[in-house]
Amino acid sequence: MEEKTIAGVKVALNEEGYFTNPEQWNEEIAKEIATEEGIELNDKHFEVLNFLREKFNEGEVLSIRKVGNSGIVNIKELYQLFPGGPLKKSSRIAGIPKPSSCV
Amino acid sequence: MTIKKEENPLKKVCVICAKGSIEDVYATLVMANGAVMEGIEAKVFFTFFGLDAITKNRMKKLKTATLGNPAMRMPGGLPFPSLLGVLPGVEAGVSLMMKKGMEKLDIPPVEEFLEMIIAGGGEIYACKMAAEMFKLEKKDLWDEVIDIITVGDFYAMCGGENTQIIFT
Repeated sequence: MEEKTIAGVKVALNEEGYFTNPEQWNEEIAKEIATEEGIELNDKHFEVLNFLREKFNEGEVLSIRKVGNSGIVNIKELYQLFPGGPLKKSSRIAGIPKPSSCV
Repeated sequence: MTIKKEENPLKKVCVICAKGSIEDVYATLVMANGAVMEGIEAKVFFTFFGLDAITKNRMKKLKTATLGNPAMRMPGGLPFPSLLGVLPGVEAGVSLMMKKGMEKLDIPPVEEFLEMIIAGGGEIYACKMAAEMFKLEKKDLWDEVIDIITVGDFYAMCGGENTQIIFT
């Protein structure tokens, strides 16, 4: 576990860079992590991030399929928004733990 | 557990599916989809009975073998008597239970799973020899199948650094 200052806020991350305390997240932090990943966040990105955070808070196990059925984006669009590992990247940017689903 | 990351990561998987039971096909689909989810390129080659998974009139009707399957269990975990497997309807019932169990785990039906792989940039191919053997043409196969190709064509796609071939 490490502490890192992102967008002026000290946040706790695990070894793989995922938030250990999702409460510390805000939109500015998300933008900065996304920039590290080479992604510039737009409204659609934020809709996905908020969906993920909401479902995480409800205790759901997240999967690409669930995001695809959310009505926000289809799976292909999700891959375009977060290229090269959509669920993991979006989860990291959304400040929630690493997804544990295999599908 | 902390997963130790390989410094020199996997870039491409080529998955071969040669069997047509639910669990064999899903092994392929899970491995291929798992790859694209991680940003790893995936190419999938369906051959022999595996072709059922991408044949229009069969892909929705895959079954689990209730005969000759020593790992079969009754609900609750008791051994599944082999003789039960021969009764009419048992294979269909068991297959339906498998499908329901997977749906509960958010594992999609075959066609939707294939669509997920394609959405992630994965590519689906059919084996020429097996297609000829089963008298299948491109029109009999799922529309998103890129082509019917030879083993040599498939191997030609499987080159490159950090590529693995997976046979399920």
